[in-house]
Amino acid sequence: MTEHSIGGKVQTGIAGFDHIAFGGLPRNRNTLVAGTAGSGKSVFGLQFLFSGATMDDEAGVLVAFEEPPGDLMQNVRTFGWDLEKLVRERKLAVVDATATVDDEATVAGTYDLSALLVRIEAAIRAVNAKRVVLDSVGALFTQFDDGGLVRRELHRIGARLRGLGLITISTAERVEEDGGIGRFGVEDFVADNVIVLRNRLDGERRRRTMEIVKLRGGPHYKGEYPFTIDLEEGIAVIPLSAIQLSQKSSTERMSSGVAELDEMCGGGLYRDSIALVSGATGTGKTMLVSHFLKAGFDAGERVLLFAAEESKEQLARNAAAWGIDFGKAERDGLLKVVCRLPETMGLEDHLIHMRRDIAHFKPMRVAIDSMTALERASSMKSFREFLIGLVTNLKHLGVAAMLTTSSAMLSVTESATEIHISTMTDTIILLRYIEISSEIRRGVTVLKMRGARHERAIREYTIDGTGMKIGATFRNIHGILGGSPTYMFTPGLGHDVRAPDRHNELA
Amino acid sequence: MEYSFSLYVTGQKPASRSAIGNLQRLCDEHIPGRYEIRIVDILENPQVAEREKILATPMVVRQSPEPIRRVIGDLSNTDKVLEGLDLLQAAPMSRSQFGGSLT
Repeated sequence: MTEHSIGGKVQTGIAGFDHIAFGGLPRNRNTLVAGTAGSGKSVFGLQFLFSGATMDDEAGVLVAFEEPPGDLMQNVRTFGWDLEKLVRERKLAVVDATATVDDEATVAGTYDLSALLVRIEAAIRAVNAKRVVLDSVGALFTQFDDGGLVRRELHRIGARLRGLGLITISTAERVEEDGGIGRFGVEDFVADNVIVLRNRLDGERRRRTMEIVKLRGGPHYKGEYPFTIDLEEGIAVIPLSAIQLSQKSSTERMSSGVAELDEMCGGGLYRDSIALVSGATGTGKTMLVSHFLKAGFDAGERVLLFAAEESKEQLARNAAAWGIDFGKAERDGLLKVVCRLPETMGLEDHLIHMRRDIAHFKPMRVAIDSMTALERASSMKSFREFLIGLVTNLKHLGVAAMLTTSSAMLSVTESATEIHISTMTDTIILLRYIEISSEIRRGVTVLKMRGARHERAIREYTIDGTGMKIGATFRNIHGILGGSPTYMFTPGLGHDVRAPDRHNELA
Repeated sequence: MEYSFSLYVTGQKPASRSAIGNLQRLCDEHIPGRYEIRIVDILENPQVAEREKILATPMVVRQSPEPIRRVIGDLSNTDKVLEGLDLLQAAPMSRSQFGGSLT
């Protein structure tokens, strides 16, 4: 279909890949997908065939060298891909080029692999195929001793398929994650495009990445992009920096859920902005999130909360303590709370799930409480990638978001999470414990408000049965954020240190 | 027939022609009158190649007697062909060996 072709390229149907490949794979070209055992090469190939046959009306041919076609098809059933059905519907043809058990053939003289080419061409004709996957060509080298001949023949097959106007993907096994592309020098055979899939151990977690090493006839994004193999989508690449952040930003304001905070932000948060709430445990981050969500569902907006630390019931109880009714909002279909323990899966998978939740629920506001919990379950590198992937996705959709992070220390400085996040967020709200005259009090300030004036003062706030109450500015004290407030006794102004309504405060 | 061979070739290439010639010659030398050769051109019968899972040609398959044996190539290496098709032991049979049922 024409809408799936961008500049002569064909979309693979592999989420995120087409983006980093600037639209997909070019026609009349051969692509080598190389990776170690278990790196997802076969899934890549089969996904390409499946989405071609089901979404683009492009039939395909699967040439199986290593695993029998039946096994390959069985393996991807978990993704909901019924390749057998495609075979019955003549949208997929299979060439079984695996070695037979009794294949103890003696070699007596010169031979070639013309029969293989004949079979592939017959399969292409049978279904009028546009896509061909050879999985994995390395197995041919174990079937035939003459490596030079196999390379020559693969080259001939590649040239022939290119001439037929097809897109061909060949998979090849690599021995090591780094070093040469292919094991048998097959990269010569498919010199057009080379994609490397990696599956490294990063900390204690597996981290999959995809790199386009070469893409003839067009630009592509460089470097390694994390991907995940997801039960619903198969391979999903996280494009990270490849996502253009060129979306025009909104000038429309919305309420943060706390009127005084809106005031401090110069009239509310921007409709498509991402706010970071930083504070130590007990400063009221979850409360601020609850206010943020309430402002949404009270206005009839759908809001989505990702909770990484507390259960749904706990969150609802907390919210009720501040006079916020999560239960009703949920029943009204305006609130969705997704509780997923960070440790249950890799961050790549978290991201894929979150993106899907957002895509399905279509919220106007998203809150994540907390990012710190997610960070704990990952390495710094994958957390950074997760963050970029998430933020770009939210920006792309124009969804307002509130993310929370826990400061390691009770009053001072930024955590590592914040250093990463702060550059990517539009607004930073700090919640801090402040010790004044042997008393712990709480202060809030807006540290950053992209593209707008905001109040730079630190205001005292309290928490009561209706949630957050922001009061007056701490005046005549400086060094609060540094953790050691100093008093300045200016005559006539000293009383401002006291804040109102402190007797109602909840612990 | 005692010996039955299928010879798979791809088109009228030199390798195809020499495989046919070599097989006939070796059969005539070692098992004269006791064999039949069926020549299959894959180009005309790709479905046969699919069914038989053939990748390389020329290829000869000894269908009988069992077990099935396969030899790949233009059969120019005589020793390998005789070994691969197990024709070295196939000396002209005596009545004592086969009970006189075959000639």
